[in-house]
Amino acid sequence: MHGAIKKALAGGVVTALATAGSVALAASGGITMDDVNMSPGVTAVGQSIYDLHMWIFWICVVIGVVVFGVMFYSIFAHRKSKGAVPAQFHESTKVEIAWTVVPFLILIGIAIPATSTLLEIYDFDDAEMDILVTGYQWKWKYEYLTEDGENVSFFSNLSTSQTEIYNAEEKNEHYLLEVDEPVVIPVNTKVRFLVTANDVIHSWWVPELAVKKDAVPGFVNETATIAQKEGIYRGQCAELCGKDHGFMPIVVKVVSQEEYAEWIEGKQAEAAQVRELMAQTFTMDELMERGKAVYQRNCLACHGANGEGGVGTAIKGSAIATGELGGHLNTGVNGVPGTAMQAFGGIINDVEMAAVITYQRNAFGNNMGDMVQPIDVFNFKKG
Amino acid sequence: MAHGPAKGISRWLFTTNHKDIGTMYLWFSFAMFILGGAFAMIIRAELFQPGMQLVEPAFFNQMTTLHGLVMVFGAIMPSFVGLANWLIPMMIGAPDMALPRMNNWSFWILPPAFLMLASTLFMEGGAPAFGWTFYAPLSTTYAAPSVTFFIFSIHVLGLSSIMGSINIIATVMNMRAPGMTYMKMPLFVWTWLITAFLLVAVMPVLAGAVTMMLMDVHFGTSFFSAAGGGDPVLFQHIFWFFGHPEVYIIILPAFGVVSQIIPAFSRKPLFGYDSMVYATAAIAFLSFIVWAHHMYTVGMPVAGELFFMYATMLIAVPTGVKVFNWITTMWRGALSFETPMLFCIGFLVLFTIGGFTGLMLSIAPADFQYHDSYFVVAHFHYVMVAGAVFSMTAAVYFWLPKWCGKMYNETMGKTHFWISFIGFNITFFPQHFVGLAGMPRRIPDYSLQFADFNMMSSIGAFIYGASQIMFLYNVIATIVAGKPVSDDKVWDGAEGLEWTVATPAPYHTFETPPTIDPAHAHS
Amino acid sequence: MTTQASTDHEKYYVPESSPLAVLATIGLVLSIFGAANFMNDLTFGEPGEASPAILYTGLFFFAATLFVWFRTTIRENIAGMASGQLKKSYVLGMFWFIFSEVMFFAAFFGALFYVRNLAGPWLAGEGEGGRMNGLLWEGFQYAWPMMTTPQEAVGGAASQLMANNGSFTSAETSMAFADAHHWYAWLPMWNTIILLSSSVTVHMAHTGLLGGDKKKFNLWLALTVVLGIVFLCLQVAEYYEAYAHFGLTLNSGIYGSTFFMLTGFHGFHVFMGMTMLAIQLYRSVRNGHFTAEDHFGFEASSWYWHFVDVVWVFLFLFVYIL
Ligand code: HEA
Ligand code: HEA
Ligand code: HEC
Ligand code: CUA
Ligand SMILES: [Cu+2]
Repeated sequence: MHGAIKKALAGGVVTALATAGSVALAASGGITMDDVNMSPGVTAVGQSIYDLHMWIFWICVVIGVVVFGVMFYSIFAHRKSKGAVPAQFHESTKVEIAWTVVPFLILIGIAIPATSTLLEIYDFDDAEMDILVTGYQWKWKYEYLTEDGENVSFFSNLSTSQTEIYNAEEKNEHYLLEVDEPVVIPVNTKVRFLVTANDVIHSWWVPELAVKKDAVPGFVNETATIAQKEGIYRGQCAELCGKDHGFMPIVVKVVSQEEYAEWIEGKQAEAAQVRELMAQTFTMDELMERGKAVYQRNCLACHGANGEGGVGTAIKGSAIATGELGGHLNTGVNGVPGTAMQAFGGIINDVEMAAVITYQRNAFGNNMGDMVQPIDVFNFKKG
Repeated sequence: MAHGPAKGISRWLFTTNHKDIGTMYLWFSFAMFILGGAFAMIIRAELFQPGMQLVEPAFFNQMTTLHGLVMVFGAIMPSFVGLANWLIPMMIGAPDMALPRMNNWSFWILPPAFLMLASTLFMEGGAPAFGWTFYAPLSTTYAAPSVTFFIFSIHVLGLSSIMGSINIIATVMNMRAPGMTYMKMPLFVWTWLITAFLLVAVMPVLAGAVTMMLMDVHFGTSFFSAAGGGDPVLFQHIFWFFGHPEVYIIILPAFGVVSQIIPAFSRKPLFGYDSMVYATAAIAFLSFIVWAHHMYTVGMPVAGELFFMYATMLIAVPTGVKVFNWITTMWRGALSFETPMLFCIGFLVLFTIGGFTGLMLSIAPADFQYHDSYFVVAHFHYVMVAGAVFSMTAAVYFWLPKWCGKMYNETMGKTHFWISFIGFNITFFPQHFVGLAGMPRRIPDYSLQFADFNMMSSIGAFIYGASQIMFLYNVIATIVAGKPVSDDKVWDGAEGLEWTVATPAPYHTFETPPTIDPAHAHS
Repeated sequence: MTTQASTDHEKYYVPESSPLAVLATIGLVLSIFGAANFMNDLTFGEPGEASPAILYTGLFFFAATLFVWFRTTIRENIAGMASGQLKKSYVLGMFWFIFSEVMFFAAFFGALFYVRNLAGPWLAGEGEGGRMNGLLWEGFQYAWPMMTTPQEAVGGAASQLMANNGSFTSAETSMAFADAHHWYAWLPMWNTIILLSSSVTVHMAHTGLLGGDKKKFNLWLALTVVLGIVFLCLQVAEYYEAYAHFGLTLNSGIYGSTFFMLTGFHGFHVFMGMTMLAIQLYRSVRNGHFTAEDHFGFEASSWYWHFVDVVWVFLFLFVYIL
């Protein structure tokens, strides 16, 4: 299958549609293959899948041409208005057998490459490194299960601003496909992703890396990839997971081995810094400032920009947020079982928890005046 | 009982007449088609451009969910049950359905069930927002309280379908006129008989699935929670054990309709009647062992993937037999292209394309890229809209003159077809492209590279939607003021017992069974 | 039962229009609307008194309509309106209804087999589907009956990595034979004996009827109903034991879930079957219904009863023994 033919055909289809009355398409111009077809991506598996996809596609095209060809021929040649007299034949065991057997053989011709590609996809062994990917409503967490990656674990949130989403600002090139912290992997390395979820089912999909695996809460699924080209590859959560299912992108940065080593070292240093922060005592202002940021990143989606509530209950004037401190801390750390309110104790670190609890108690007109320090959170968690 | 219908509302509330009940089913399903269509219009309007414009993400999910549910359970299924009610007794020479009072009950529980489902839109926390496939735990632990109402309405819909199909089975097995042997039944009756078996087999399984959900939501069980030893994926297995046969429940009666109409306008008997029957049965059988092709990415062991892939691919064989038989029926016929025939040809082309994409989806390794993308959305609208809805539309144009004794406006019918055909393709063809390029389904907003095709898709949807107004108008105008037809046989090529009764079909037909000429082949 | 060749057509009885269906709809809709509201009140804690009232009104209305419906059908039959062909429709209707019930139970049995043979071992990190699950449920060992849930294995809801979605506490004692204190205290065995014999007694009633011996019929049928009631009493006792002494509840993880789901729905079907048989008994004793030739009401109920019995045999095997 030559690229030129593919392009010509896709072009043909697109033109046919455009002439069928699409104003939009005519206006847009510049349709490339990537806009209308699957991408082979940057992995060997992706290439196999792509080839398989094109193979089935062309088989279908050929069958379609034959079947519709016959049909249109009779539409033109055997019309009553042209004086056609109907034949009366109405069965033939021979042709029935023929058109049972031939498609069956064609299917075998598809099944063979399909089987080998599937086995290729399912080959997770001899992976050089593991990354645990956990889906949360509505963000991804990455944990490096490697020796040099010990302690490296972070959340990756959508970084497109609300103003862009609500059309108050120009949308940038990577609108909805950008995150605050991409997951980084080395090039030409077999990376195994262990995919799971914390709440509902999500699905981790990066088309260019030819991986899609459902993240099922309570089960760990495996999938693997070997990226052959450095670059930034983008994907999205592919399983409906609630309100912001459309807003939990995935960004994978494939870098050289050296760059990767450097990056992971940097992450280690960052982790050490957080550990240091944990031991610090903050002022009210510091806590409020940090807390506001944490709130906007982690809580706003459910509790509203002004604590007015939404999916979650209102924080403004809430009995818990204006009640005893322990109860508030408990809600934050352990969540409310059976509701969307998750146990944030495992999601944000103790500094962030201390800050956001303080913030909730002293924002939106809540005026408790009390503070929580990281060490309080630490002690609370210990029991 | 020889007398005609009662007067006023009580005619409809208390009726036991298969034609009245059929009429109610048909109108009800059209109402649901408008409702489901309205939800689709909201979806397409929000997706007209990138960015959030009209609705909030949570509401968008409710629209997607209700659109799928209302279309599948409210529009398509009842419409074919309505058709079955009207036609099966007439086609096999029976005075009515086998169990007429239960027949009325099967219908009347539907409207309140949908009313309850629709009312969830106004409940605290909103309507169900977990997709028409309602995967746990999004539909259990993480659902809004309205899920309880959703569960009970599914129970009622299931009850209605089970009673309806028991009635059809009893009618077909027990009420055929003397001489109407199984292999003489019109194909529509055959496809419905097999559909009814599918329904009785899988609707209870769906009931079981929602019952387990109910227990997980309210009574602390852990069927779908790993923490208690259950598995969210268990839900998917049970759901798709129902869900895959369900899609053939949707398409088999459509196959039946097409098998009646194509011979009529080809003026030539259906080619390969016997093999059509066997192919239908084969599709039904296979539909029970392919369910996990919706779950290739859940993390099944590879042996499972392979089994379900091979089994799914096999369905192309009997379906192909059907397509080939239809085309051979047209071959060397004397074709004419009235509206019903146009819709059948539209069906043939577009359903086959939908079947091809189905075959592509069935290839597990490739499905890893297609799954949950708009490619899937394109696939199933090709088979369900251009498949089921087109054939249903064809059926209405085909039998309407028999039902009401008046002829629809042919020019408007043809116009309706062409606008539908073009609008449909503008809507759903580009969805293949965005799907392959990586656009996930069930998202209220998308990144910029998908903008052009989505706008195109939305424009097509409005065109297709608007063309349905023409359909509605044509049908009502025909009933109210159409040109009367008096021929028993409205179409010169039509065959079958329903064309031997007077036009319009009298309130009661075949009170004494007709005799079928043993020499006469099936119709 | 009358077997009718399909060519042998009589005048088929098509009833006049009837309000029964609409009344039944009202009853059904009130019931489910009330039930849904009731459950939501309990779970989401917005107490309301109206919902139970709606539920009970609906159920009563529904039951009353069904009563009238069946009475009408029976009267029509006695009046000779029902043709042999119509009776065959009833037979078909009952047969396919029971088939649908079989499929309803199939869903629950399917769930049981799935968790026992696939999901359970996977959670414990066994098999291709669960190689890496040790990351989440370290220390979880799979056994059936599952007496330790994955959640408990890692130290309870607070220690599990997944967000809270309930806490599941296993039973101390299972319902399996091995956990029974004395063989004679093992209720399921008694229930099996009771239910199997009730299948025999209902068959005896049938032979009595076929032989024209109404006394024999009434006696054996009464015995069947009594056996049904005893079964239900024992099941209530078993549930009481489970909750009070075994700690086995709906919350006991998947073992409790499947146990109560299967036995509960079965018990409900026993109750329905028993009620159906009791009504037939009442009809026979009070109204002298049923002859050797014409007794569909009884026959349908007895098929249902045999079906319930067969389900129990599977239940006994897969829930209690294996
Ligand atoms: C009317 C309904 C209908 C019908 C008839 C079909 C028909 C088929 N479907 Fe489709 N399907 C749906 C409705 C339907 N589907 C829906 C609603 C979903 C999505 C559900 C959801 O997730 O919400 C879905 C999703 C779906 C998936 C899951 C995709 C995913 O989520 O990743 C798959 C995968 O295998 C699939 C496969 C098939 C196949 C193989 C057929 C076959 O039956 C098609 C057979 C027909 C042909 C192949 C064409 C004619 C044949 C020939 C001309 C003969 C020669 C051909 C060859 C040898 C190639 N379908
Ligand atoms: C048989 C079933 C059926 C039918 C007929 C349709 C019909 C249509 N569907 Fe449907 N669709 C599904 C079944 C069906 N769909 C299912 C099962 C899903 C998956 C849901 C899920 O993910 O859970 C889905 C999902 C789905 C999506 C994806 C949503 C998402 O993933 O977020 C979209 C998006 O374009 C869409 C569009 C349409 C459109 C435009 C039509 C049109 O054909 C509708 C046309 C009809 C009308 C418009 C009504 C009648 C017209 C009038 C009353 C005139 C007035 C109208 C105007 C003036 C415009 N559907
Ligand atoms: C996914 C949605 C969601 C997110 C994100 C979320 N919450 Fe909540 N929250 C809820 C829900 C739902 C409730 C109500 C629980 C109930 O029914 O009791 C709740 C309740 C609370 C309450 C108790 C309020 C009251 O008076 O009932 C507090 C305190 C709280 N959340 C804190 C937080 C903090 C702190 C964060 C972020 C770090 C956060 N929540 C993020 C959903 C969320
Ligand atoms: Cu996460 Cu969709
Ligand atoms: Cu399927």
